Amino acid sequence: MQKSEIRVGGLGGQGVILCGMIIGKAASIFDGKHATLIQAFGPEARGSACSAQVTVADEAIGYPYVKNPDILIVMSPDAYTQFAPQVSPGGMLLYESDLITLDDKLPKGVRAFGVPATRFAEELGRRLVLNIVMTGFFAGVTGLLSFESVEKAVKSSVPKGTEDLNLRAFRKGYEYGREQAAAKN
Amino acid sequence: MHADPKGVLTGIHFIDGDHAACEGALAAGCRFAAGYPITPSTEVVERFAARIPLVGGMFIQLEDELASSIAIQGAAWGGKKVMTVTSGPGLSLMMEHVGLAAIAEVPCVFVDVQRGGPSTGLPTLPAQADMMQVKWGSHGDYEPIALSPNSPQECFDLMIKAFNLAETYRVPVFFMMDEVVGHMTERVVIPEASEIEVVERKWTAKKPSEYRPYGTDESLVPEMVKAGDGYRIHITGLTHDERGYPAMNAQAQDKLVKRLVNKIRDHRDQLVDVRADGVEGADVIVVSFGITSRVAGAAVEAARRKGIKVGHLRLIITWPFPAKVIRDLALTAKAFVVPELNMGQMALEVERAVSGKAAVLTLPHAGGTVHEPDAILAKIMEAAQ
Repeated sequence: MQKSEIRVGGLGGQGVILCGMIIGKAASIFDGKHATLIQAFGPEARGSACSAQVTVADEAIGYPYVKNPDILIVMSPDAYTQFAPQVSPGGMLLYESDLITLDDKLPKGVRAFGVPATRFAEELGRRLVLNIVMTGFFAGVTGLLSFESVEKAVKSSVPKGTEDLNLRAFRKGYEYGREQAAAKN
Repeated sequence: MHADPKGVLTGIHFIDGDHAACEGALAAGCRFAAGYPITPSTEVVERFAARIPLVGGMFIQLEDELASSIAIQGAAWGGKKVMTVTSGPGLSLMMEHVGLAAIAEVPCVFVDVQRGGPSTGLPTLPAQADMMQVKWGSHGDYEPIALSPNSPQECFDLMIKAFNLAETYRVPVFFMMDEVVGHMTERVVIPEASEIEVVERKWTAKKPSEYRPYGTDESLVPEMVKAGDGYRIHITGLTHDERGYPAMNAQAQDKLVKRLVNKIRDHRDQLVDVRADGVEGADVIVVSFGITSRVAGAAVEAARRKGIKVGHLRLIITWPFPAKVIRDLALTAKAFVVPELNMGQMALEVERAVSGKAAVLTLPHAGGTVHEPDAILAKIMEAAQ
Protein backbone atom coordinates (compact mmCIF):
# COMPACT_ATOMS: atom_id res chain seq x y z
CA MET A 1 0.00 0.00 0.00
CA GLN A 2 1.24 3.48 -0.92
CA LYS A 3 1.00 5.60 2.20
CA SER A 4 2.26 9.07 3.06
CA GLU A 5 2.17 10.33 6.61
CA ILE A 6 2.13 14.08 6.96
CA ARG A 7 2.33 16.36 9.95
CA VAL A 8 1.56 20.06 9.84
CA GLY A 9 2.76 22.15 12.77
CA GLY A 10 2.67 25.82 13.72
CA LEU A 11 0.93 28.27 15.97
CA GLY A 12 -2.79 28.46 16.63
CA GLY A 13 -4.12 31.13 14.23
CA GLN A 14 -1.67 30.34 11.42
CA GLY A 15 -4.17 28.07 9.72
CA VAL A 16 -2.39 24.84 10.53
CA ILE A 17 -5.55 22.75 10.77
CA LEU A 18 -6.98 24.22 7.57
CA CYS A 19 -3.75 23.32 5.77
CA GLY A 20 -4.16 19.70 6.93
CA MET A 21 -7.85 19.81 6.09
CA ILE A 22 -7.17 20.96 2.52
CA ILE A 23 -4.56 18.24 1.96
CA GLY A 24 -6.94 15.58 3.28
CA LYS A 25 -9.87 16.90 1.30
CA ALA A 26 -7.84 17.13 -1.90
CA ALA A 27 -6.68 13.54 -1.48
CA SER A 28 -9.95 11.94 -0.46
CA ILE A 29 -12.54 13.91 -2.41
CA PHE A 30 -10.73 15.12 -5.54
CA ASP A 31 -7.79 12.75 -5.99
CA GLY A 32 -9.48 9.36 -5.44
CA LYS A 33 -7.29 8.43 -2.49
CA HIS A 34 -8.03 7.79 1.18
CA ALA A 35 -7.16 10.36 3.82
CA THR A 36 -7.49 10.61 7.57
CA LEU A 37 -6.98 13.86 9.43
CA ILE A 38 -6.35 13.96 13.16
CA GLN A 39 -5.98 17.25 14.97
CA ALA A 40 -3.97 17.48 18.14
CA PHE A 41 -6.93 18.24 20.32
CA GLY A 42 -6.34 19.94 23.63
CA PRO A 43 -6.89 23.17 25.51
CA GLU A 44 -5.22 25.04 22.67
CA ALA A 45 -5.72 28.64 21.65
CA ARG A 46 -4.46 31.28 19.27
CA GLY A 47 -0.71 31.65 19.62
CA SER A 48 -0.04 28.25 21.23
CA ALA A 49 1.41 25.17 19.56
CA CYS A 50 -0.94 23.47 17.15
CA SER A 51 -0.63 20.50 14.82
CA ALA A 52 -2.52 18.30 12.41
CA GLN A 53 -1.75 14.77 11.25
CA VAL A 54 -2.81 13.62 7.81
CA THR A 55 -2.40 10.15 6.38
CA VAL A 56 -2.87 9.81 2.62
CA ALA A 57 -3.05 6.31 1.16
CA ASP A 58 -4.39 4.41 -1.80
CA GLU A 59 -6.23 1.97 0.49
CA ALA A 60 -8.35 2.33 3.62
CA ILE A 61 -6.36 3.63 6.58
CA GLY A 62 -6.31 1.69 9.86
CA TYR A 63 -4.07 3.20 12.52
CA PRO A 64 -4.88 6.90 12.27
CA TYR A 65 -1.99 8.61 14.06
CA VAL A 66 1.20 9.94 12.48
CA LYS A 67 4.32 9.29 14.54
CA ASN A 68 7.22 9.59 12.13
CA PRO A 69 5.99 11.73 9.28
CA ASP A 70 7.25 11.23 5.75
CA ILE A 71 6.47 14.90 5.19
CA LEU A 72 6.67 17.55 7.90
CA ILE A 73 5.25 20.99 7.19
CA VAL A 74 6.20 23.59 9.83
CA MET A 75 5.26 27.23 10.12
CA SER A 76 6.85 28.16 13.47
CA PRO A 77 10.20 27.59 15.22
CA ASP A 78 8.50 25.78 18.10
CA ALA A 79 6.82 23.34 15.76
CA TYR A 80 10.15 22.73 14.03
CA THR A 81 11.89 22.10 17.35
CA GLN A 82 9.14 19.76 18.50
CA PHE A 83 8.54 17.74 15.36
CA ALA A 84 11.76 17.84 13.25
CA PRO A 85 13.43 15.00 15.18
CA GLN A 86 10.48 12.73 14.34
CA VAL A 87 10.74 12.95 10.55
CA SER A 88 11.25 9.49 9.11
CA PRO A 89 14.58 8.67 7.46
CA GLY A 90 14.41 9.69 3.83
CA GLY A 91 11.54 12.02 4.64
CA MET A 92 10.95 15.61 3.71
CA LEU A 93 10.74 18.90 5.59
CA LEU A 94 8.82 21.88 4.24
CA TYR A 95 9.41 24.97 6.37
CA GLU A 96 8.73 28.68 6.62
CA SER A 97 12.24 29.90 5.83
CA ASP A 98 11.96 33.42 7.24
CA LEU A 99 10.83 32.14 10.62
CA ILE A 100 12.76 28.90 11.00
CA THR A 101 16.50 28.24 10.96
CA LEU A 102 17.51 24.64 10.39
CA ASP A 103 19.87 22.96 12.82
CA ASP A 104 21.02 19.49 13.82
CA LYS A 105 17.57 18.52 15.12
CA LEU A 106 16.70 17.44 11.62
CA PRO A 107 17.60 13.77 11.09
CA LYS A 108 20.29 13.10 8.48
CA GLY A 109 19.04 12.36 4.99
CA VAL A 110 15.85 14.41 5.36
CA ARG A 111 15.44 16.71 2.36
CA ALA A 112 14.52 20.24 3.41
CA PHE A 113 12.69 22.82 1.31
CA GLY A 114 12.09 26.36 2.58
CA VAL A 115 9.60 28.99 1.51
CA PRO A 116 9.20 32.55 2.84
CA ALA A 117 5.46 31.95 3.08
CA THR A 118 4.64 34.82 5.44
CA ARG A 119 6.49 37.32 3.21
CA PHE A 120 4.76 35.96 0.09
CA ALA A 121 1.41 36.23 1.85
CA GLU A 122 2.11 39.81 2.85
CA GLU A 123 3.09 40.65 -0.73
CA LEU A 124 -0.20 39.19 -1.91
CA GLY A 125 -2.02 41.51 0.46
CA ARG A 126 -2.84 39.46 3.57
CA ARG A 127 -0.51 37.74 5.94
CA LEU A 128 -3.39 35.42 6.84
CA VAL A 129 -2.95 33.34 3.67
CA LEU A 130 0.48 32.05 4.63
CA ASN A 131 -1.05 28.62 5.28
CA ILE A 132 -2.36 28.53 1.72
CA VAL A 133 1.08 29.51 0.39
CA MET A 134 2.44 26.57 2.45
CA THR A 135 -0.27 24.30 1.04
CA GLY A 136 0.67 25.32 -2.51
CA PHE A 137 4.35 24.82 -1.67
CA PHE A 138 3.52 21.32 -0.39
CA ALA A 139 1.68 20.50 -3.62
CA GLY A 140 4.50 21.90 -5.78
CA VAL A 141 7.42 20.23 -4.02
CA THR A 142 5.91 16.82 -3.31
CA GLY A 143 3.70 16.24 -6.36
CA LEU A 144 1.78 13.85 -4.05
CA LEU A 145 -1.57 15.24 -5.18
CA SER A 146 -2.54 16.84 -8.47
CA PHE A 147 -2.53 20.62 -8.79
CA GLU A 148 -6.22 20.58 -9.74
CA SER A 149 -7.24 18.50 -6.72
CA VAL A 150 -5.54 20.75 -4.23
CA GLU A 151 -6.77 23.86 -6.00
CA LYS A 152 -10.36 22.60 -5.79
CA ALA A 153 -9.87 21.76 -2.13
CA VAL A 154 -8.55 25.27 -1.45
CA LYS A 155 -11.42 26.88 -3.29
CA SER A 156 -14.06 24.87 -1.43
CA SER A 157 -12.46 25.30 2.01
CA VAL A 158 -11.80 29.04 2.32
CA PRO A 159 -14.40 31.65 3.31
CA LYS A 160 -16.62 32.94 0.52
CA GLY A 161 -15.30 36.14 -1.00
CA THR A 162 -11.67 35.23 -0.33
CA GLU A 163 -11.31 32.63 -3.08
CA ASP A 164 -9.29 34.83 -5.47
CA LEU A 165 -6.74 35.84 -2.88
CA ASN A 166 -6.40 32.29 -1.61
CA LEU A 167 -6.04 30.83 -5.09
CA ARG A 168 -3.31 33.38 -5.87
CA ALA A 169 -1.58 32.40 -2.63
CA PHE A 170 -1.91 28.74 -3.57
CA ARG A 171 -0.42 29.29 -7.05
CA LYS A 172 2.42 31.39 -5.66
CA GLY A 173 3.37 28.65 -3.22
CA TYR A 174 2.91 25.94 -5.86
CA GLU A 175 5.14 27.64 -8.44
CA TYR A 176 7.84 28.38 -5.89
CA GLY A 177 7.63 24.75 -4.80
CA ARG A 178 8.08 23.49 -8.37
CA GLU A 179 11.14 25.72 -8.77
CA GLN A 180 12.70 24.59 -5.49
CA ALA A 181 12.07 20.94 -6.25
CA ALA A 182 13.59 21.31 -9.74
CA ALA A 183 16.62 23.15 -8.36
CA LYS A 184 17.39 20.34 -5.87
CA ASN A 185 16.85 17.43 -8.25
CA MET B 1 -39.84 4.28 4.15
CA HIS B 2 -37.28 6.71 2.80
CA ALA B 3 -35.58 9.56 4.60
CA ASP B 4 -37.04 13.05 4.50
CA PRO B 5 -34.86 14.91 1.93
CA LYS B 6 -34.90 18.02 4.12
CA GLY B 7 -32.56 16.37 6.61
CA VAL B 8 -30.22 14.71 4.12
CA LEU B 9 -27.07 16.59 3.12
CA THR B 10 -26.44 14.51 0.00
CA GLY B 11 -22.88 14.77 -1.28
CA ILE B 12 -19.28 13.86 -0.58
CA HIS B 13 -17.89 15.58 2.49
CA PHE B 14 -14.62 15.73 4.40
CA ILE B 15 -15.95 15.96 7.96
CA ASP B 16 -15.21 14.54 11.37
CA GLY B 17 -17.10 11.82 13.18
CA ASP B 18 -19.02 14.21 15.42
CA HIS B 19 -20.34 16.14 12.43
CA ALA B 20 -21.08 12.94 10.53
CA ALA B 21 -23.02 11.59 13.53
CA CYS B 22 -25.14 14.74 13.50
CA GLU B 23 -25.84 14.32 9.79
CA GLY B 24 -26.73 10.69 10.38
CA ALA B 25 -29.23 11.73 13.03
CA LEU B 26 -30.78 14.35 10.74
CA ALA B 27 -30.98 11.85 7.89
CA ALA B 28 -32.60 9.32 10.24
CA GLY B 29 -35.32 11.84 11.00
CA CYS B 30 -34.15 13.18 14.36
CA ARG B 31 -35.96 16.48 14.84
CA PHE B 32 -35.35 17.13 18.51
CA ALA B 33 -32.12 17.07 20.47
CA ALA B 34 -31.30 18.33 23.91
CA GLY B 35 -27.94 18.40 25.57
CA TYR B 36 -25.45 19.94 27.90
CA PRO B 37 -22.46 20.14 25.57
CA ILE B 38 -19.37 18.29 26.74
CA THR B 39 -16.01 17.51 25.14
CA PRO B 40 -15.44 15.49 23.00
CA SER B 41 -19.07 15.37 21.87
CA THR B 42 -19.72 19.13 21.58
CA GLU B 43 -19.43 19.31 17.79
CA VAL B 44 -22.38 16.95 17.39
CA VAL B 45 -24.82 19.35 19.04
CA GLU B 46 -23.00 22.42 17.76
CA ARG B 47 -23.76 21.26 14.23
CA PHE B 48 -27.26 20.12 15.16
CA ALA B 49 -28.05 23.55 16.62
CA ALA B 50 -26.86 25.20 13.41
CA ARG B 51 -28.59 22.78 11.04
CA ILE B 52 -31.92 22.13 12.73
CA PRO B 53 -33.53 25.54 11.99
CA LEU B 54 -32.97 24.83 8.29
CA VAL B 55 -34.40 21.33 8.54
CA GLY B 56 -37.29 22.06 10.89
CA GLY B 57 -37.04 20.93 14.47
CA MET B 58 -35.52 21.97 17.74
CA PHE B 59 -32.36 21.87 19.79
CA ILE B 60 -32.34 22.92 23.43
CA GLN B 61 -29.18 23.48 25.39
CA LEU B 62 -30.31 22.65 28.89
CA GLU B 63 -28.93 23.24 32.34
CA ASP B 64 -27.57 19.73 32.75
CA GLU B 65 -27.69 16.13 31.62
CA LEU B 66 -30.67 15.20 33.79
CA ALA B 67 -32.78 17.81 32.07
CA SER B 68 -31.46 16.83 28.64
CA SER B 69 -32.13 13.13 29.04
CA ILE B 70 -35.70 13.75 30.18
CA ALA B 71 -36.49 16.52 27.69
CA ILE B 72 -35.86 14.14 24.81
CA GLN B 73 -38.35 11.70 26.28
CA GLY B 74 -41.00 14.40 26.45
CA ALA B 75 -40.30 15.21 22.81
CA ALA B 76 -40.52 11.53 21.88
CA TRP B 77 -44.01 11.40 23.39
CA GLY B 78 -44.71 14.54 21.40
CA GLY B 79 -44.02 12.48 18.30
CA LYS B 80 -40.42 13.35 17.43
CA LYS B 81 -37.38 11.19 16.85
CA VAL B 82 -34.92 12.31 19.50
CA MET B 83 -31.37 12.14 20.79
CA THR B 84 -29.14 13.51 23.47
CA VAL B 85 -25.38 13.78 23.15
CA THR B 86 -22.80 13.48 25.89
CA SER B 87 -19.60 11.93 27.19
CA GLY B 88 -18.88 9.79 30.26
CA PRO B 89 -19.45 12.34 33.03
CA GLY B 90 -22.75 13.37 31.48
CA LEU B 91 -23.76 9.81 30.79
CA SER B 92 -23.35 8.99 34.47
CA LEU B 93 -25.86 11.73 35.30
CA MET B 94 -28.31 10.42 32.72
CA MET B 95 -28.55 6.92 34.13
CA GLU B 96 -31.79 7.46 36.04
CA HIS B 97 -33.52 8.56 32.87
CA VAL B 98 -32.07 5.70 30.87
CA GLY B 99 -34.08 3.51 33.22
CA LEU B 100 -37.20 5.56 32.59
CA ALA B 101 -36.69 5.22 28.81
CA ALA B 102 -36.36 1.46 29.33
CA ILE B 103 -39.48 0.97 31.46
CA ALA B 104 -41.67 3.53 29.67
CA GLU B 105 -40.33 2.20 26.32
CA VAL B 106 -39.34 5.54 24.87
CA PRO B 107 -37.49 5.34 21.55
CA CYS B 108 -34.39 7.53 21.98
CA VAL B 109 -30.73 7.65 21.09
CA PHE B 110 -27.97 8.46 23.58
CA VAL B 111 -24.77 9.48 21.81
CA ASP B 112 -21.73 8.86 24.02
CA VAL B 113 -18.42 10.13 22.66
CA GLN B 114 -16.21 8.30 25.11
CA ARG B 115 -13.28 9.91 26.88
CA GLY B 116 -10.98 8.73 29.67
CA GLY B 117 -12.59 8.29 33.10
CA PRO B 118 -13.60 7.74 35.87
CA SER B 119 -15.21 11.09 36.68
CA THR B 120 -14.03 14.00 34.52
CA GLY B 121 -10.92 11.98 33.65
CA LEU B 122 -9.43 12.93 30.29
CA PRO B 123 -11.75 15.41 28.56
CA THR B 124 -9.88 15.54 25.26
CA LEU B 125 -8.56 12.00 24.98
CA PRO B 126 -10.15 8.68 24.03
CA ALA B 127 -11.33 5.64 25.94
CA GLN B 128 -13.85 2.83 25.46
CA ALA B 129 -14.57 2.50 29.14
CA ASP B 130 -18.32 3.17 29.20
CA MET B 131 -19.21 -0.16 27.61
CA MET B 132 -20.42 -1.83 30.80
CA GLN B 133 -22.01 1.37 32.05
CA VAL B 134 -24.42 1.45 29.14
CA LYS B 135 -25.24 -2.21 29.69
CA TRP B 136 -25.79 -2.04 33.41
CA GLY B 137 -25.78 1.65 34.39
CA SER B 138 -29.40 2.12 35.36
CA HIS B 139 -30.87 -0.12 38.03
CA GLY B 140 -33.23 -2.96 37.33
CA ASP B 141 -33.43 -5.37 34.39
CA TYR B 142 -33.58 -4.12 30.82
CA GLU B 143 -31.71 -4.76 27.58
CA PRO B 144 -30.24 -1.74 25.83
CA ILE B 145 -28.84 -1.69 22.30
CA ALA B 146 -25.40 -0.22 21.59
CA LEU B 147 -23.46 0.37 18.39
CA SER B 148 -19.74 1.09 17.93
CA PRO B 149 -18.73 3.03 14.80
CA ASN B 150 -15.04 3.23 13.84
CA SER B 151 -15.03 5.98 11.21
CA PRO B 152 -16.86 9.18 10.28
CA GLN B 153 -18.62 7.28 7.48
CA GLU B 154 -19.92 4.79 10.01
CA CYS B 155 -20.91 7.62 12.35
CA PHE B 156 -23.30 8.59 9.57
CA ASP B 157 -24.41 5.12 8.44
CA LEU B 158 -24.76 3.51 11.86
CA MET B 159 -26.51 6.52 13.36
CA ILE B 160 -29.37 5.86 10.97
CA LYS B 161 -29.35 2.25 12.12
CA ALA B 162 -29.35 3.40 15.76
CA PHE B 163 -32.50 5.45 15.22
CA ASN B 164 -34.13 2.64 13.28
CA LEU B 165 -33.43 0.20 16.11
CA ALA B 166 -34.73 2.65 18.73
CA GLU B 167 -38.00 2.89 16.82
CA THR B 168 -38.25 -0.82 16.09
CA TYR B 169 -37.72 -1.95 19.67
CA ARG B 170 -38.68 1.15 21.66
CA VAL B 171 -35.52 1.08 23.75
CA PRO B 172 -32.74 3.52 24.57
CA VAL B 173 -30.02 2.98 21.97
CA PHE B 174 -26.44 3.97 22.79
CA PHE B 175 -24.17 5.27 20.05
CA MET B 176 -20.72 4.49 21.41
CA MET B 177 -18.22 6.73 19.71
CA ASP B 178 -14.88 7.77 21.22
CA GLU B 179 -12.73 10.87 21.05
CA VAL B 180 -10.64 9.61 18.13
CA VAL B 181 -13.59 8.61 15.98
CA GLY B 182 -15.39 11.82 16.95
CA HIS B 183 -12.55 14.12 16.00
CA MET B 184 -11.14 12.16 13.08
CA THR B 185 -11.86 13.71 9.68
CA GLU B 186 -12.40 11.52 6.62
CA ARG B 187 -14.47 11.32 3.50
CA VAL B 188 -18.16 10.80 4.24
CA VAL B 189 -20.53 9.94 1.44
CA ILE B 190 -24.13 10.92 2.14
CA PRO B 191 -26.49 9.29 -0.36
CA GLU B 192 -29.76 10.59 -1.76
CA ALA B 193 -32.68 10.54 0.67
CA SER B 194 -34.38 7.97 -1.57
CA GLU B 195 -31.53 5.56 -0.85
CA ILE B 196 -31.82 5.85 2.94
CA GLU B 197 -34.26 3.51 4.68
CA VAL B 198 -35.74 4.86 7.87
CA VAL B 199 -38.06 3.08 10.27
CA GLU B 200 -41.19 4.99 11.12
CA ARG B 201 -42.55 4.83 14.65
CA LYS B 202 -45.03 2.04 15.25
CA TRP B 203 -48.13 4.23 15.51
CA THR B 204 -51.38 2.65 16.57
CA ALA B 205 -54.38 2.45 14.26
CA LYS B 206 -56.67 1.63 17.17
CA LYS B 207 -59.39 3.97 18.39
CA PRO B 208 -58.80 5.72 21.72
CA SER B 209 -61.39 3.46 23.38
CA GLU B 210 -59.58 0.31 22.24
CA TYR B 211 -55.97 1.43 22.60
CA ARG B 212 -53.86 -0.01 25.40
CA PRO B 213 -50.52 1.83 25.61
CA TYR B 214 -48.62 -1.24 26.78
CA GLY B 215 -50.64 -3.98 25.17
CA THR B 216 -48.54 -5.95 22.69
CA ASP B 217 -48.63 -8.59 20.03
CA GLU B 218 -45.97 -11.31 19.58
CA SER B 219 -43.34 -8.67 18.67
CA LEU B 220 -43.53 -7.66 22.35
CA VAL B 221 -43.21 -4.03 21.22
CA PRO B 222 -46.31 -1.92 21.93
CA GLU B 223 -47.79 0.57 19.50
CA MET B 224 -47.36 4.24 20.27
CA VAL B 225 -49.44 7.40 20.20
CA LYS B 226 -48.38 10.97 20.53
CA ALA B 227 -49.59 13.73 22.78
CA GLY B 228 -52.39 15.76 21.24
CA ASP B 229 -53.86 12.96 19.15
CA GLY B 230 -56.81 12.50 21.51
CA TYR B 231 -55.64 9.44 23.39
CA ARG B 232 -55.66 9.51 27.17
CA ILE B 233 -52.50 7.80 28.28
CA HIS B 234 -50.49 7.47 31.44
CA ILE B 235 -46.71 7.11 31.38
CA THR B 236 -44.88 6.14 34.53
CA GLY B 237 -41.60 4.81 35.82
CA LEU B 238 -43.54 2.57 38.16
CA THR B 239 -44.29 -0.99 37.17
CA HIS B 240 -47.46 -0.75 35.11
CA ASP B 241 -50.15 -2.80 33.42
CA GLU B 242 -51.20 -2.71 29.77
CA ARG B 243 -53.13 0.50 30.38
CA GLY B 244 -49.98 2.17 31.69
CA TYR B 245 -51.33 2.48 35.22
CA PRO B 246 -49.18 1.56 38.21
CA ALA B 247 -49.57 -2.09 39.18
CA MET B 248 -47.18 -2.72 41.97
CA ASN B 249 -47.29 -6.44 42.52
CA ALA B 250 -45.20 -9.47 41.66
CA GLN B 251 -47.47 -10.59 38.86
CA ALA B 252 -47.36 -7.28 36.96
CA GLN B 253 -43.60 -7.02 37.56
CA ASP B 254 -43.08 -10.51 36.16
CA LYS B 255 -45.09 -9.73 33.06
CA LEU B 256 -43.56 -6.32 32.36
CA VAL B 257 -39.90 -7.01 33.10
CA LYS B 258 -39.92 -10.28 31.20
CA ARG B 259 -41.38 -8.50 28.19
CA LEU B 260 -38.83 -5.67 28.46
CA VAL B 261 -35.89 -8.06 28.31
CA ASN B 262 -37.46 -10.56 25.95
CA LYS B 263 -38.33 -8.04 23.28
CA ILE B 264 -34.56 -7.80 22.78
CA ARG B 265 -33.48 -11.33 23.76
CA ASP B 266 -36.03 -12.91 21.41
CA HIS B 267 -34.54 -10.86 18.56
CA ARG B 268 -30.90 -11.44 19.40
CA ASP B 269 -30.22 -13.13 16.08
CA GLN B 270 -31.58 -10.16 14.13
CA LEU B 271 -29.48 -7.90 16.32
CA VAL B 272 -26.16 -9.50 15.41
CA ASP B 273 -24.01 -7.11 13.42
CA VAL B 274 -20.38 -8.15 13.15
CA ARG B 275 -17.70 -7.89 10.47
CA ALA B 276 -15.84 -11.16 10.21
CA ASP B 277 -12.51 -11.21 8.40
CA GLY B 278 -10.84 -14.58 7.98
CA VAL B 279 -12.30 -16.11 11.13
CA GLU B 280 -13.13 -19.50 9.57
CA GLY B 281 -10.35 -21.90 10.46
CA ALA B 282 -8.30 -19.23 12.24
CA ASP B 283 -6.16 -20.29 15.19
CA VAL B 284 -6.39 -16.88 16.80
CA ILE B 285 -9.32 -14.48 16.59
CA VAL B 286 -9.06 -10.84 17.54
CA VAL B 287 -12.34 -9.44 18.86
CA SER B 288 -12.53 -5.66 18.71
CA PHE B 289 -14.90 -2.71 18.36
CA GLY B 290 -14.82 1.02 17.68
CA ILE B 291 -11.50 2.75 17.12
CA THR B 292 -9.59 -0.26 18.44
CA SER B 293 -10.85 -2.30 15.49
CA ARG B 294 -8.88 -0.08 13.12
CA VAL B 295 -5.68 -0.51 15.08
CA ALA B 296 -6.35 -4.23 15.46
CA GLY B 297 -6.86 -4.52 11.70
CA ALA B 298 -3.30 -3.30 11.13
CA ALA B 299 -1.98 -5.81 13.69
CA VAL B 300 -3.96 -8.68 12.13
CA GLU B 301 -2.44 -7.95 8.72
CA ALA B 302 1.06 -7.83 10.22
CA ALA B 303 0.45 -11.18 11.95
CA ARG B 304 -0.74 -12.75 8.69
CA ARG B 305 2.46 -11.62 7.01
CA LYS B 306 4.28 -13.62 9.71
CA GLY B 307 2.25 -16.69 8.76
CA ILE B 308 -0.18 -16.71 11.71
CA LYS B 309 -3.71 -17.92 10.96
CA VAL B 310 -5.50 -15.02 12.56
CA GLY B 311 -9.05 -13.78 12.07
CA HIS B 312 -10.68 -10.52 13.06
CA LEU B 313 -14.18 -10.24 14.42
CA ARG B 314 -15.38 -6.67 14.67
CA LEU B 315 -18.45 -5.95 16.76
CA ILE B 316 -20.72 -3.29 15.24
CA ILE B 317 -23.62 -3.94 17.61
CA THR B 318 -21.93 -4.43 20.95
CA TRP B 319 -25.16 -4.81 22.96
CA PRO B 320 -26.83 -7.25 22.82
CA PHE B 321 -23.51 -9.09 22.80
CA PRO B 322 -23.19 -11.59 19.91
CA ALA B 323 -22.46 -14.47 22.27
CA LYS B 324 -23.56 -17.19 19.85
CA VAL B 325 -21.18 -16.02 17.14
CA ILE B 326 -18.26 -16.20 19.58
CA ARG B 327 -19.44 -19.50 21.06
CA ASP B 328 -19.44 -21.07 17.59
CA LEU B 329 -15.99 -19.72 16.77
CA ALA B 330 -14.65 -21.06 20.07
CA LEU B 331 -15.27 -24.60 18.77
CA THR B 332 -12.41 -24.21 16.28
CA ALA B 333 -10.22 -21.31 17.38
CA LYS B 334 -7.47 -21.88 19.92
CA ALA B 335 -7.45 -18.41 21.37
CA PHE B 336 -9.16 -15.03 21.34
CA VAL B 337 -7.39 -11.72 21.78
CA VAL B 338 -9.47 -8.81 23.08
CA PRO B 339 -7.86 -5.36 22.85
CA GLU B 340 -9.98 -2.53 24.20
CA LEU B 341 -9.45 0.97 25.60
CA ASN B 342 -10.52 -0.01 29.10
CA MET B 343 -9.25 -2.33 31.79
CA GLY B 344 -11.18 -5.34 30.50
CA GLN B 345 -14.93 -4.93 29.92
CA MET B 346 -16.08 -6.62 26.73
CA ALA B 347 -13.38 -9.24 27.35
CA LEU B 348 -15.61 -10.47 30.18
CA GLU B 349 -18.37 -11.10 27.65
CA VAL B 350 -15.96 -12.91 25.34
CA GLU B 351 -14.85 -15.09 28.26
CA ARG B 352 -18.47 -15.81 29.11
CA ALA B 353 -19.29 -16.82 25.54
CA VAL B 354 -16.11 -18.85 25.06
CA SER B 355 -16.83 -20.57 28.35
CA GLY B 356 -13.43 -22.20 28.72
CA LYS B 357 -13.40 -23.78 25.25
CA ALA B 358 -10.49 -21.58 24.12
CA ALA B 359 -8.01 -19.22 25.72
CA VAL B 360 -9.01 -15.57 26.06
CA LEU B 361 -6.12 -13.11 26.19
CA THR B 362 -7.11 -9.62 27.25
CA LEU B 363 -5.22 -6.54 26.15
CA PRO B 364 -6.46 -3.73 28.34
CA HIS B 365 -5.42 -0.09 27.87
CA ALA B 366 -6.34 2.68 30.27
CA GLY B 367 -7.06 5.12 27.43
CA GLY B 368 -5.67 8.52 26.54
CA THR B 369 -4.56 7.20 23.17
CA VAL B 370 -5.07 4.05 21.14
CA HIS B 371 -3.12 0.78 21.33
CA GLU B 372 0.16 0.43 19.53
CA PRO B 373 -0.44 -1.97 16.64
CA ASP B 374 2.76 -3.74 17.76
CA ALA B 375 1.24 -4.40 21.19
CA ILE B 376 -1.72 -6.15 19.58
CA LEU B 377 0.63 -8.00 17.23
CA ALA B 378 2.68 -9.23 20.21
CA LYS B 379 -0.50 -10.47 21.90
CA ILE B 380 -1.55 -12.29 18.74
CA MET B 381 1.88 -13.96 18.59
CA GLU B 382 1.56 -14.94 22.26
CA ALA B 383 -1.90 -16.37 21.60
CA ALA B 384 -0.63 -18.36 18.63
CA GLN B 385 1.97 -20.16 20.79
